[in-house]
Amino acid sequence: MPKRSDIRSVLIIGSGPIVIGQACEFDYSGTQACKALREEGIRVVLINSNPATIMTDPSMADATYVEPLTVEVLDKILANENVDAILPTLGGQTALNLAIAAAEAGLLEKHGVQLIGAQLDSIEMAEDRELFKQAMTRIGLSTPRSALVTSLREARECIDEVGFPAILRPSFTMGGAGAAIAYNAQEYDKLVLWALEQSPRTELLVEQSVLGWKEYELEVMRDHMDNVVIICSIENFDPMGIHTGDSITVAPALTLTDKEYQRMRDAALAVIREIGVDTGGSNIQFAVNPATGEQIVIEMNPRVSRSSALASKATGFPIAKLAAKLAIGYSLDEIRNDITEVTPASFEPTIDYVVVKMPRFTFEKFPNATALLGTQMKSVGEAMSIGRTFREALGKAVRSLETGRDGFDLIESDNLEELERAVTVMSPDRIYQLARAFRLGLSKDRAHALTHIDPWFLHHLHAIALAESEVAELSGIESVDVERLREWKRMGLSDPRIAKLCGASASEVRSARHAAGIRPVYKRVDTCAAEFAADTPYLYSTYEEECEAAPTNARKVIILGGGPNRIGQGIEFDYCCVHAVMALREMGIEAIMVNCNPETVSTDYDTSDRLYFEPLTLEDVLEICDLETPEGVIVQFGGQTPLKLAVPLQEAGVPLLGTSADAIDRAEDRQRFGDLLSTLGLQAPPWGTARTIDEALKVAKEIGYPVMVRPSYVLGGRAMERVYTEKGLTEYFARAKDVGLPILVDKFLSNAVELDVDVVADKTGASVVGGVMEHIEEAGIHSGDSACSLPAYSLGSDVIANVKSQARAIARELGVVGLMNMQFAVAGGEVYIIEVNPRASRTVPFVSKAVGTPLAKIAAKLMMGKTLEELAIEETVPEHVSVKESVFPFVKFDAVDTILGPEMRSTGEVMGIDATFAHAFSKAQEAAGNVLPSSGTAFLSLRNEDKAAGLDIARGLTELGFSLLATHGTADHLQDAGLEVARINKVLEGHPHCVDSIANGDVNIVFNTTEGTQAIADSHSLRRAALTCGISYFTTMRAARAAVSAIAARTQDGVRVQALQHYHP
Amino acid sequence: MTIDTQQAAVLVLENGRVFRGSSFGPAVERIGEVVFNTALAGYQEILSDPSYAGQIVVMTAPQIGNTGINREDMEGAKLHCSGLVVREASPVTSNWRSETSLSEFLSEQTTPGIEGIDTRALTRVLRDEGAMRGAISTDVEDVEGILARVKASPSMEGQDLASTVSCTESYQWHEPKWVPPEFAKNREVVATRFNVVAYDFGVKRSILRDLRSVGCNVTVVGLKTPASEVLARKPHGIFLSNGPGDPAAVASAIDAVRELVASKTPMFGICLGHQILSLALGAKTYKLPFGHHGGNHPVMDLSTRKVEITSQNHGFAVEESSLPDTLRCSHKNLYDDTVEGIEVVDSPVFSVQYHPEASPGPHDASYLFRRFVDRMQSLQ
Repeated sequence: MPKRSDIRSVLIIGSGPIVIGQACEFDYSGTQACKALREEGIRVVLINSNPATIMTDPSMADATYVEPLTVEVLDKILANENVDAILPTLGGQTALNLAIAAAEAGLLEKHGVQLIGAQLDSIEMAEDRELFKQAMTRIGLSTPRSALVTSLREARECIDEVGFPAILRPSFTMGGAGAAIAYNAQEYDKLVLWALEQSPRTELLVEQSVLGWKEYELEVMRDHMDNVVIICSIENFDPMGIHTGDSITVAPALTLTDKEYQRMRDAALAVIREIGVDTGGSNIQFAVNPATGEQIVIEMNPRVSRSSALASKATGFPIAKLAAKLAIGYSLDEIRNDITEVTPASFEPTIDYVVVKMPRFTFEKFPNATALLGTQMKSVGEAMSIGRTFREALGKAVRSLETGRDGFDLIESDNLEELERAVTVMSPDRIYQLARAFRLGLSKDRAHALTHIDPWFLHHLHAIALAESEVAELSGIESVDVERLREWKRMGLSDPRIAKLCGASASEVRSARHAAGIRPVYKRVDTCAAEFAADTPYLYSTYEEECEAAPTNARKVIILGGGPNRIGQGIEFDYCCVHAVMALREMGIEAIMVNCNPETVSTDYDTSDRLYFEPLTLEDVLEICDLETPEGVIVQFGGQTPLKLAVPLQEAGVPLLGTSADAIDRAEDRQRFGDLLSTLGLQAPPWGTARTIDEALKVAKEIGYPVMVRPSYVLGGRAMERVYTEKGLTEYFARAKDVGLPILVDKFLSNAVELDVDVVADKTGASVVGGVMEHIEEAGIHSGDSACSLPAYSLGSDVIANVKSQARAIARELGVVGLMNMQFAVAGGEVYIIEVNPRASRTVPFVSKAVGTPLAKIAAKLMMGKTLEELAIEETVPEHVSVKESVFPFVKFDAVDTILGPEMRSTGEVMGIDATFAHAFSKAQEAAGNVLPSSGTAFLSLRNEDKAAGLDIARGLTELGFSLLATHGTADHLQDAGLEVARINKVLEGHPHCVDSIANGDVNIVFNTTEGTQAIADSHSLRRAALTCGISYFTTMRAARAAVSAIAARTQDGVRVQALQHYHP
Repeated sequence: MTIDTQQAAVLVLENGRVFRGSSFGPAVERIGEVVFNTALAGYQEILSDPSYAGQIVVMTAPQIGNTGINREDMEGAKLHCSGLVVREASPVTSNWRSETSLSEFLSEQTTPGIEGIDTRALTRVLRDEGAMRGAISTDVEDVEGILARVKASPSMEGQDLASTVSCTESYQWHEPKWVPPEFAKNREVVATRFNVVAYDFGVKRSILRDLRSVGCNVTVVGLKTPASEVLARKPHGIFLSNGPGDPAAVASAIDAVRELVASKTPMFGICLGHQILSLALGAKTYKLPFGHHGGNHPVMDLSTRKVEITSQNHGFAVEESSLPDTLRCSHKNLYDDTVEGIEVVDSPVFSVQYHPEASPGPHDASYLFRRFVDRMQSLQ
């Protein structure tokens, strides 16, 4: 049966901001769904609060609502739009939860819409652990012994049967949030209470631990004809115990016989049928006892997931696209396999390579959090690699991660005992520690006993380690045996790793390799292991005989992507890369994408003309350049990853497009940057550089405390801190010298307003300011963490005009062709330049959506030689206001302070858009999950210099009907001004104190400003309490003011929604 | 595993292409028809499947041997193919049922393996030029000599290989389907209710196990067994097995099957059995360019329009246009529209080209064994 005729308009729910556990994979799936439905002539309405996504590009849907993902908003949208059906299975857990909430609120009946993809009862059955367990029992499948509890008492009752260690899994959370393992009765009670709090339903599953069992996942698709296919099997390198998102995983499953695999497949088919997912994709996880083969079902996601994005990239089978088509009535056999173009989609992909996914962690951003892995996901991104063997793919995955490793290095310990202890701990470094230990003589059997990692995987890791040792016996590369070198390359050893081991340079190894004719070939990902001819150029490298790349003679450009997501470099850069691809294709130029992040739209095989799924290292990129001989390479759009390659690529003779590598260096090198500003007569805050602590102290003394300190050449404010005293500076220096010298010391401008400016410039020197964003928090908060407003909301037009003209002057002087981002600080009427980045910035997608101009696309065209005049691009300052707010992963990291600072720690962003600043800010807060209360008690604890300004805020709150609660100093001040305020102790002043009040639910909103290391440490527990209790809190005065205005606006006007297409017709 | 510790080996194709790699298993030379199989798991079942007699199997999945070899997964009494070509053979095994390694097994069975081959390039040659003869050899210095021997070997067309693998004496089959050990304890196998005579053209044990598990008391007979002898056993049903080679070369069986169809005894054929049934009723078979060998082929049951993912292993197929009025096409391959199943009109006789017993492969088509039982049941 072809397409259903009763569905003419579909609402797709997106996944909102990027958070740990929910990243760009849902932009990939949502974008595919939009395309798939629109090509069927269906009107697509989209809701997603995340502006950094391709799916929220106005061209992707017919009506795009960049609005908070709440039931109220959904209600308004359904009232506005004539929607027949809601598709909730492509926007992660967020979308499913919103769909459930909307259904429970009666929205489906109210607006006469239906859910497609999955029905409410199947979602419930899959998500509710008890119902799921019952369902599995009905179909004869085993699940871990478990009990569902809603209180500590119930939890204590069930533990005897379940036994220790026990896994605690809160219901209805995403990415395993709140899950924990209890090993004994002592820690059990505490963990139960904590986990109960994490569940939106105060419900928790206490479950038998299957630590050490083998872990597998199957990606399953079903259509309305009840045809079911397995798209991909995935095996975890790490046994059960580490969240699959944090595990190294491999596709296909490699250590199952056909009997065991088919048994798992049968189980997966039974599960999807019993749960009743009508159409679309699901992910089912299994554990297998390695000693007996006993198999149990762990869980099922009745929707596309991060794993389905991985499975799609691993096989070439577009799960999300198919899920969308199946949801509107097609059956699998009615849809063509895009890659072969001749066979139907009703088949199971088979692959002739091995895929390895490795998670990317950012524990360095959260020094107080321990780098331990468990059932709660902590990684912020991932890299995928493809090789013809596991070893080759593993080597490529390691270098794709960009953790400074070219191979199994950075663990230098020679102490085998210490390493043996280390590998028993589930940490991100375990695989590297194992490799090191193998080089020191650890046996494979002992490694298995220590880690429970499958002997097959250990064998290969061992072989790599021994090869590394073998390389280390060489001195220099000249004496290398060509056949050995070939074998090492086939094993996945990188040129720089070989170089480091044998004491040569990477370029010497490359030359030796080229001289010996050892070059990679490129194979195609074709879904069918070459059984059918496939024209889709989705390629990966390997060291074998036949190359299938078949480069064309067309005009072509290579775009380098951003690699794995991490804090400071995420989906925004993928958005820019995808726009660059679109621009090139519009110009009839072949766009060649290189990237290794499986979550992204850029690595969709039909985004670019040709896709190389490869690590973004000099070695890998140069080989592609040699093969393709492009007109040029674009390094501006993928963030720091490709930017780091600019100079070496240029030195290797690869033409770079747009702004020159020298201009980039002029902006990044502090001395040259200073000279540049002098030339133009512009000013930066006083600064100096230091290589020793004495130099640093001297510079700081000259320019005066507080100072901002950071290593040079960093992204995302890595190791950037505000320092108030000599002691603080000395401590910082001791820590930071590992991150990199020299250290930059800048004067910190107190109470300055910070601005972000994005500019596009062409080869003639002309430039257009895309947008000026005013940060809501004072200067000193990393721009990536700060909320901001476009247009500026508090500064005068003369200041803005001044800032724009400075930005244009810099662009002209640097010779920027393409994008440039600048940060300014305005203090005491003076404008200071903080930073210049002649490349795409994190704010480009937000600005593009706020002003309705696709900046990245325009920039790409400028880089190809077009001019702003030819493209008729002019500056637009919108009438409406857009506010960006950041989203943080603090809840995942115990003991981490939530106070904002110069080191970026947000994972994602949301956008609020409305006619007024107050409304836009209110929406942004709501979208970020900071629900602003309309009444109740406001708690204030302000530093001395904010107390005067705090008066207005307190007065505003009183007028809105809030009662006030304040710590003694703040209360004194408010009382003196005649306000009614209740008093409470600071934590240090003893019980009952403010944290007690928050924990008891007596506080509805928190305003807390503080300064100085000690004061910050003292108030840490206060902010942490607000976070865990889900109370919105503000740590700067400007944000506090904005919050009060937002509450007022919201109280007065209620919720209102508007499609992006309305703002930019 | 590393090249310097292994003997060099070559795979020489009849078109002159030479692939160089390393030997694993025994260093012997074998000639056969080179075919590729796209299954991800199940190399042991493939190697021991009698249908691969006379063939050198290329596994497109790059890492083979990971789970070793065990007693339970054998599809024949021994290894039947002529050789094995892989990208990388695992020197270690990791599986709770593994008893020996792949290379040890190949050595025991005197069947050569070659690894380190660009199996994707090789597969593309076979896909574009068709399955062809080839040899695995460690005589790496004399490629010309090997090529001459390859060219002198008989081609697959017209070869009666079934006779070489069929049983010589009839026997009873008792073993039921494999079940995981946690279920084996409390297992109840259905009682046998139907006497079935199974023609052995190279039968896979999984077929016999499946028949037993649906309640058949199976007597396996050799392929030369005359129809009269089969009918004398008064079977409730007759089964025609899979097997190697050209179906048209198994003349005696074709004649016997024609007689048996006339008896209106329920009959079920798989693979070569399906081709023999078709030939017996007047249809024609032909050789496919590179055959179907894998575990992911979509087949549509034309009566329900449902798609099943199937296990496939055949080089010949039944020509649809040659089907007489007495035969109806019941299943089709959605990859290339070839005939995957037939039914004899107004008769309890049917067959499929693919492998409902899977092993290796998905179990989607296991309903066909129950259908066979239903056919026998309805005549009681």
